[in-house]
Amino acid sequence: MATKAAHDLSNMPSVITLKGVNKWFGQFHVLSDINLDVKEGEKIVVCGPSGSGKSTLIRCINRLEEHQAGDIVVDGVTLSNDVKNIEAIRREVGMVFQSFNLFPHLTILENLILAPIWVKKMPKKDAEEIAMSLLQRVRIPEQALKYPGQLSGGQQQRVAIARALCMRPKIMLFDEPTSALDPEMVKEVLDVMVELAREGMTMICVTHEMGFARAVADRVIFMDRGEIVEQNEPEEFFAHPKNERTKLFLGQILHH
Amino acid sequence: MTDAVPVGERRQLAPPVLETGALGWMRKSLFSSWGNGITTVVLAAAVLWLLSWFLNWAVFTAVWTGESGQACLGHGACWALIHEKYRLIFFGTFPYAQQWRPLFAVITMIAMLILSSDRRMWNSRLILIWGIGSFVTFLLMFGQIHIPLSLMLFVALAAGGLGMILRNAAVAQPVEINGWRALAAIGAAGLALRIAGVLPAWSLAIAPFSYVETGLWGGLPVTLVLATYGLAFAFPYGVLLALGRRSNLPLIKGLCVGFIELIRGVPLISLLIMASVMLPLFLPSGTTIDKFLRAQVAIILFAGAYIAEIIRGGLQSLPKGQFEAADAMGFNYVQKTLFIILPQALRVVIPPLINTFIGFFKGTSLVLIIGIFDFLNTANQALVDPLWAGFPGEVYLFAAFVYFCFCFSMSRYSKYLEVELNKGTRR
Repeated sequence: MATKAAHDLSNMPSVITLKGVNKWFGQFHVLSDINLDVKEGEKIVVCGPSGSGKSTLIRCINRLEEHQAGDIVVDGVTLSNDVKNIEAIRREVGMVFQSFNLFPHLTILENLILAPIWVKKMPKKDAEEIAMSLLQRVRIPEQALKYPGQLSGGQQQRVAIARALCMRPKIMLFDEPTSALDPEMVKEVLDVMVELAREGMTMICVTHEMGFARAVADRVIFMDRGEIVEQNEPEEFFAHPKNERTKLFLGQILHH
Repeated sequence: MTDAVPVGERRQLAPPVLETGALGWMRKSLFSSWGNGITTVVLAAAVLWLLSWFLNWAVFTAVWTGESGQACLGHGACWALIHEKYRLIFFGTFPYAQQWRPLFAVITMIAMLILSSDRRMWNSRLILIWGIGSFVTFLLMFGQIHIPLSLMLFVALAAGGLGMILRNAAVAQPVEINGWRALAAIGAAGLALRIAGVLPAWSLAIAPFSYVETGLWGGLPVTLVLATYGLAFAFPYGVLLALGRRSNLPLIKGLCVGFIELIRGVPLISLLIMASVMLPLFLPSGTTIDKFLRAQVAIILFAGAYIAEIIRGGLQSLPKGQFEAADAMGFNYVQKTLFIILPQALRVVIPPLINTFIGFFKGTSLVLIIGIFDFLNTANQALVDPLWAGFPGEVYLFAAFVYFCFCFSMSRYSKYLEVELNKGTRR
């Protein structure tokens, strides 16, 4: 898995910029002064102990959570309360959830084509074509007419990835995509994600799959108590963590 | 036995014989122990005894025809009373010679309900079914229908507008979109001209039969109209109330909560009396609203509040992830609600929803309080005749039987719907 392209991203344009982002849940300071710049095509893995704000961070990028201070610019659009802005950003940003969140009353194919048809106003036939080619890519075209409840967890998560891709997003956010899966299904989902990364998609993944981080990440970010504590290239990050909290965390998850 | 077969090569075996089949079932379910066996025998004997007594009264010694109640004395059930009075019970005071009209109105409504219960009809065909069905029903009941020009124009505007919203460029041809636009434009322009006084107050009269006012309606058609249209309007209204109650906008939320709690907090009877007695006091003198229509509106408002609370339960049962997934994909509020939230929420609440429907179907009898005679009340009227005094049991049993047919159908339909809609979606 050591074929990671050590490509230079410094010349690429930024697609996501967070400047001084702060957020509170009541009195709890869940994000404190987050600064982050994501280049086009960059793959970022976010890790950290539970409650450290990593999910909240990526949920702020597509406005599932509202930040209270600072600026978030996604693909040139600054997030504000303007619904038009929010919907424009959501059209460009795909998201995959820990609990899949497929629509259980629709077939797999319907799950995939609903948003392209209604949000992107794509003709139904085109949407179905794209959907089927994506299902092919996540290796479950034969399940197209089944319902989500009839699929295994790994298959459901692959459908969820295909559903997000069906909108032709520029950026993909993954919120612990393998945490709810049985161990034998983790690989099939990670394989799809690795493939996606190799194709050049801009990705931010909240995950504890360190093998995945080593294989595809350009940068690993460690968060604790709402702050970005440390960030580095994966090799450096795992071999020579600098911060004590990073060392403690890595020690806990790497040595079982 | 399986010990002899090496691991990995075991075959599937049939279950033990005594566990399956009619005999196996009886052994397991009815006679599994001495206590169970005795209970079975005693209960079976009691049921048989009751049934034989009832059949003897209701069938073998019953009187089926007769001139008056005298003929029934000393015999079993007096079905002669039903035979004599069934037209009064079914159609109330509707002009006797014209009673084929409510009969066909009832048939039309039942056909309309049966057709729209089929899931394959749940598309634009439903509008057609209800449009034609309602038109025929009310034409038969009233005998004459006058459609004012302004109403036609309004319908054109509403239909064109809805068509433009629901049939976007993704699913419809440009020709069709332009058609909807033209329809809406004609409606809007016509309405403007009508308001400006350019177009006259003309109305289209369809008058094949003699006019029968709602005050003369009675019996089964009244029950069916009040329940069907009461619930048909209360349902979308309840959905809007439920969505409003979960709104983030405090004013909308407050209004919806206030309305629901206010309506739920008073008995239907008081609402009917208010609609009947108090409402006219607030209207400018000279304007009257039909009593039947007022009762209908009161039922819609009342049922809407109850339906709203049931649907809110369904909305709350959905996992947060469904809302988030829809948001993350860029759906707007209307799309999210129509395609993702409501279809799931409604599936969850089918049993309580149908339960409420059944309750309201029977609850329409309360309109007696403002002088409208629905099926139960016309059945009551049949008892007044001194010639047939003394047989309330037969009449109420008959009324109960008719109510049961409708309510039991709804109950079975609820069951069917649950299975049908959850096909494949269950794990």
